[in-house]
Amino acid sequence: MKNLYLWSAMIMMILAAVAGDVLQAHAMKVIGDVGALRRSHGTLHVVRRVLTSGPFILGLFFMALAFFSLLFALSWGDVSFIGPASASLTLIANTFAARIFLKEDVNRRRWIAAILIAVGVVLLNH
Amino acid sequence: MRLARFVGSILSFKRYLVLLAVAVFSAVGDCLLSRGMKEVGSISLSNWPQVFHAIVNPWIASGIVMLLAFFASYITSLSWADLTYVVPASGLGYILIALLAKYFLHEQVSIARWIGIGLIVLGVGFVAADPKVSTTERASELSEAQPAETRV
Repeated sequence: MKNLYLWSAMIMMILAAVAGDVLQAHAMKVIGDVGALRRSHGTLHVVRRVLTSGPFILGLFFMALAFFSLLFALSWGDVSFIGPASASLTLIANTFAARIFLKEDVNRRRWIAAILIAVGVVLLNH
Repeated sequence: MRLARFVGSILSFKRYLVLLAVAVFSAVGDCLLSRGMKEVGSISLSNWPQVFHAIVNPWIASGIVMLLAFFASYITSLSWADLTYVVPASGLGYILIALLAKYFLHEQVSIARWIGIGLIVLGVGFVAADPKVSTTERASELSEAQPAETRV
């Protein structure tokens, strides 16, 4: 039963983390290169553009949800399992989500990188 | 033309610095928080006001500043690079955490960990060698006229 709770919290955390990342990546893509924007309109304009972006704020909400799900997961399991497992699963899920929702061109190179790092993260915590 | 290429290469160098900042700030921030929380001890729901005690701990306060810097550089990089480029590239942070844990927190680094570090280095290398940073790169390139940008 505890395992069911643990996995529900972890799945919740991964989904929320991916939703947060995708929304923020989308928000920043719409806003465009902040370096160029800062040079032409000033820092204050950039900060206002970011903080008034709907997807960005929604992304923050999902990041907070991911954080609280992580806290719940940690109360049901070990950090040495939850940390690497959620980090590498989030990485793989992010790659799928970026391809589907952000229409990113995920070539073979990026897939290999994502998988190598996901396996590396698990080994790192051994 | 030569000037445009020069300006372009400075910009792409700046972008590498931003990506490096994403990895460094997240690694240093996590280590500072970890060190601070070891000093403060665990916080339970019944003594939640201890959270405020934790925030004024110098390790945790500087960790929070580092994580804010991480977030700023992270969203900056997302404004010109793909999510599937930034996330693997910032995997460098995991290696920094392992090295900081060894030399700064004096934790043991096992053989499995070193293999993990090797795989992450390989993965980061794979994505960093990708000449294409963004799916929509061509459009932004035309608007900014930076020929060297394709070599990021």
